Order: sequence, then C-alpha cells, then structure tokens
Amino acid sequence: MMRSATVSLQPQISSALDVDKIRADFPILNIKVGDNPLIYLDNAASSQMPQTVINRLVKYQTEQHANIHRAVHYLSEVATREYHQARCMLQQFIHAREEREVIFTSGTTDAINLVMHGYGRKFLQAGDEIILTTLEHHSNIVPWQMLAAEKGIKIRVVPINDRGELELDIYKKLFNSHTKFVGLIHVSNALGTINPIKEMIDFAHQHNVPVLIDGAQAALHMVINVQELDCDFYTFSGHKMCGPTGIGILYGKANLLEAMQPFKGGGDMITSVTFEETIYNEIPHKFEAGTPPIAAAIGFGAAIDYLTSIGIDRIGNYESELLNYATELVSAIPGVKIIGTAKHKTAVLSFTVDGIHPHDIGTILNQEGIAVRTGHHCAQPVMQYFSVPATSRASFAFYNKKTEIDALAAGIRTVQKVFQ
Amino acid sequence: MTHTNSLYQEVILDHNKKPRNYGKLEQPSHQATGHNPLCGDRLDITLHIHDDQINAIAFQGESCAICKASASLMTTAVKGKSPSQAEILIHEFRELATGKLDINNPHQLGRLTVFSGIRDLPTRVKCAILPWHTLHAALNSIAAVSTETNKNSTTSANSNPA
Repeated sequence: MMRSATVSLQPQISSALDVDKIRADFPILNIKVGDNPLIYLDNAASSQMPQTVINRLVKYQTEQHANIHRAVHYLSEVATREYHQARCMLQQFIHAREEREVIFTSGTTDAINLVMHGYGRKFLQAGDEIILTTLEHHSNIVPWQMLAAEKGIKIRVVPINDRGELELDIYKKLFNSHTKFVGLIHVSNALGTINPIKEMIDFAHQHNVPVLIDGAQAALHMVINVQELDCDFYTFSGHKMCGPTGIGILYGKANLLEAMQPFKGGGDMITSVTFEETIYNEIPHKFEAGTPPIAAAIGFGAAIDYLTSIGIDRIGNYESELLNYATELVSAIPGVKIIGTAKHKTAVLSFTVDGIHPHDIGTILNQEGIAVRTGHHCAQPVMQYFSVPATSRASFAFYNKKTEIDALAAGIRTVQKVFQ
Repeated sequence: MTHTNSLYQEVILDHNKKPRNYGKLEQPSHQATGHNPLCGDRLDITLHIHDDQINAIAFQGESCAICKASASLMTTAVKGKSPSQAEILIHEFRELATGKLDINNPHQLGRLTVFSGIRDLPTRVKCAILPWHTLHAALNSIAAVSTETNKNSTTSANSNPA
C-alpha cells in the first residue's frame, strides 16, 4: 500500500456499528430464499429477533413459566417478578416517571383501541373534534372513526406537502374550542417522515388537548423520552423492535390512566367482584385483564436490553447512513421515483417504477432473495395524496449492509429489464 | 434472465405490454367490476352476449402485469364461446392457479397454462384469478366482486340480457 505523507483525516469513530458482528446475533439472516441469501428489507413491517431474545423466551418456557399475580408457589413468583422486570425495563427505556404508567398491550393497534375505549368513550361527546393526520396508519384512523360514528364526533385531518411532511400551519389552524383529542404518528410507516411531535404536542397543550403518539415506527430508531415530549399517550409494538409479536406497550400519564374506564373486563383488572359491584384494580392492572402474554412481555424486555446495549443513538445514526446511501443509489435509476422526501426521515424508502406495478416488483425482487413490502402499507390516505395505488417499500434496520442496498438497486434494474 | 423469472414468461410479458381486447364496450349486455382491496387492483369487464355466445368482450383497469396478462389472455380464450363453456374455463383456471389442477389430465386451458407457476406464489394467486372472478360475476349478473369477500355484492346487478 502506498504511504501518504498526509495524515488521514478519516476519524476512527468508536461509536460506529460493527455490522458483521451484529448480523451474527440474528440467526434468520443466514437463511436462503431459493438459491439466494435473504436480504431482509421489510423491517418497518416487522424486525427480526436476535439470539439473545430467542434464548430468553426459551429460558422462560424452560424454567420460569407459570401464571402471574395468582399463586404463592415458586414458579408463579418467578414469572411475576420477570414480568414486572420487563415493565420496569420498558419504563426506563421511554423515561417514564413511574412503572405503573406502562401498560402491556398486544401491540400498537390494541393500545390505540384501549385509549379510544378508555378515554374517548368516557370523555368525548357529540360535537367534539379529533385531529388526526394524513400520515396515520389505519390503526390510528379506524378506531377514531368508530368512535366518531358512535358519538357524533368530527375528525379533522392535517394535510401533507409533496415531500410527505405535515403542514404545521394548517395543523395549528384546525384547533378550536371543540378540539378534544389529537392522534399523531411519530414516524410515517409508508414514507419514513419524522414528525415534529414535540412542537405539535406543545401546541395542543396550549389548547388543553391531550395527544396520543403512535410510535410504532419510531421507538427502534430514536431515543424516546415521554417526559420531555410531555405526550399524554405513547405506544409501540415489540415485534418492530426485535421482540416477539403479540406484545406492545401503552404509556399514559398516570392521572389520565386513572381517570379512564377499563377497556376489557376480566381477571386481574379487579380489586373485588360481587354481582352488585366490581371495584377495579389500580393501574396498570386495570388495563391488563386476563392472563397477559407473559412470555412475550419478558421477551420484549430482553429485546430492549439488547437494543440498549447497542445504543439507540448508534442505531439511528447508522440507519441514517443506510438511508442516504440507498436514496442516492435508487434515485439515480431512471424511471424510479422516491415517494416521501421529507427532510427528517427514518430509513424507509418508498418508491415507484414507471410502468411497473409494485406487486410485480415485489415478486421479482423476492426471486432475487430481496424482501420488500409492496402495497398501500395500511396508509391509504398517503397513497391517495400521491395518486398511487401502492408503492414498493424498502425499510432498513441496523443489521442491514450497504451491499444489500447495492443488491436492491441491481434488483430494481433487473425488474426493469424483465419489463423492457 | 434467471430461471426464477419463470412466471414472467414471454406470453405474459407480451400480453401485459400489449393487452388484447382492452377498453370498454358500448352498451354491454353484461358487465362487472372486480376489486382486490389488498393491492388496490381494479378491473372492469364488459361483454356482448347474443344467442348464447360471447360475441365481444373487453376489459380495462389498473393492475399488475399478472392480472393484466391474465385478463388479456382470458378475453381471447372466451371470445366466441358460450357462457357455459366460459364457466368451465373459469373453473379450470381457478383450479390451475390454486394448484389443484393436474395439467396432465385433459383440460381446455390451452396456453393459459403459462400461469401454472402462480401456484407457488400464494400472494399472487389473486392477481391472476381476479379477471376470471370478475368474468364469472358478469356472466351471473353480479355487478361488483372483491377478492376479499365470499359474499358477492348484488346491490346493483347490471345485466341487460339481450
């Protein structure tokens, strides 16, 4: 190698991720699709699980399983303790004030439905207004439409611009004396847009309106501090954060959760039951009727542990690098249009290819071993804004490599060749 | 091209690029709209049926290559046939796409067997079947069908049998 007299200015960043080392943590990344190695670029739909989390699930089922909060025997005590520990880890992860502000749900959808039933049905009434945004996932639209139909509530929608960013001026103009609730997606699943939620929460609070944040696409990619954000509710799912399916959390401010009515009735959510009267349990138990997904919650805790050991900031920084690389490479392909070009984005690349339907793109990429999502991404209002029935979406995680993005770009060119 | 693109064969690519019988018939005797809510694909089929014969058929809509090629090939296959002959093809094509048809046994699908590879792609089966599903609806005077409901919408049957 030639030695240069000038000192290399490329710093050795100690915080850079060792991607090969991280990939070794994920056994599924070794599988093949047909003859090709798997290139998994559908992380916004669901992320993969590291061996440590798989091991944790096995350990729980092998050595620790029993029902919680019930019996005095050894296993029940262990399971109860581990389940509680998982809640504490989630509390710390989102910087909540108290652990009882963290409710385990089956996922983000379940959490939003909980708020709709527990808060919306109790406190909202005919003539009230709810503000949502064009970027919402269907899970933060449909429950509110159900409430609106039941109560006679009006839903007002914050529009987006051509880059897929919310129109904040219009958001602020939507508030009036009838506004009683705001539902807001932190990061768009279809486009990757990161919304300025702090500013939006502050503005809503000036009007004494509580805000629910759908953080399903955010929590793996950026540090969440619910106290700094001052959001009233925040929710995300375990399976998008290297944890199991069937588990998620709802964070809610304790005073709000206490004032709310339960969503589901059953065991564990009560203090006493007679046929004349039932007294509900304290939070968080009031909202966790029945036997919860104990194993999944403990697995979620293990995933949080894993992610924290890598560092959410480092994950976010590396994914930004991947996004920049992918954006440059894919947008350079003639006939390819990137949908969603917000200034602040997570590593999501939604795109269309001239004259080729996303499903054909997805099928041919799959034949190359590349997993992308094609369709409307449960965000039809976003598709309608951009006048496309569907897009192809590559979404990157911290275990993806630049060579996989090279393969994606090559795959898109192959698709174009097929349809030449 | 790799073997993996066996589904996207010349015939299918050709019919995608130059769909036959594309458009809408004036004053059709039968028509239906098919919809696949999973991908947003939409297909309108119009027919002229006279003396128990499909004299003319046309389709148009927004869809993927598989759906468009399937529709195009379907129109060429059923033109000139009777509705009951078309129903046999509809049945056989559905069986083919879902992997239930043994193509070594006698059948009437002819070159429609280019779609046999679709059975290995469960997520795409509906793309290939949508036109046939829609044709079935048109022949049976059902105005709108969806790949996601078993119950066909009969709210506005749109048939004017000649």
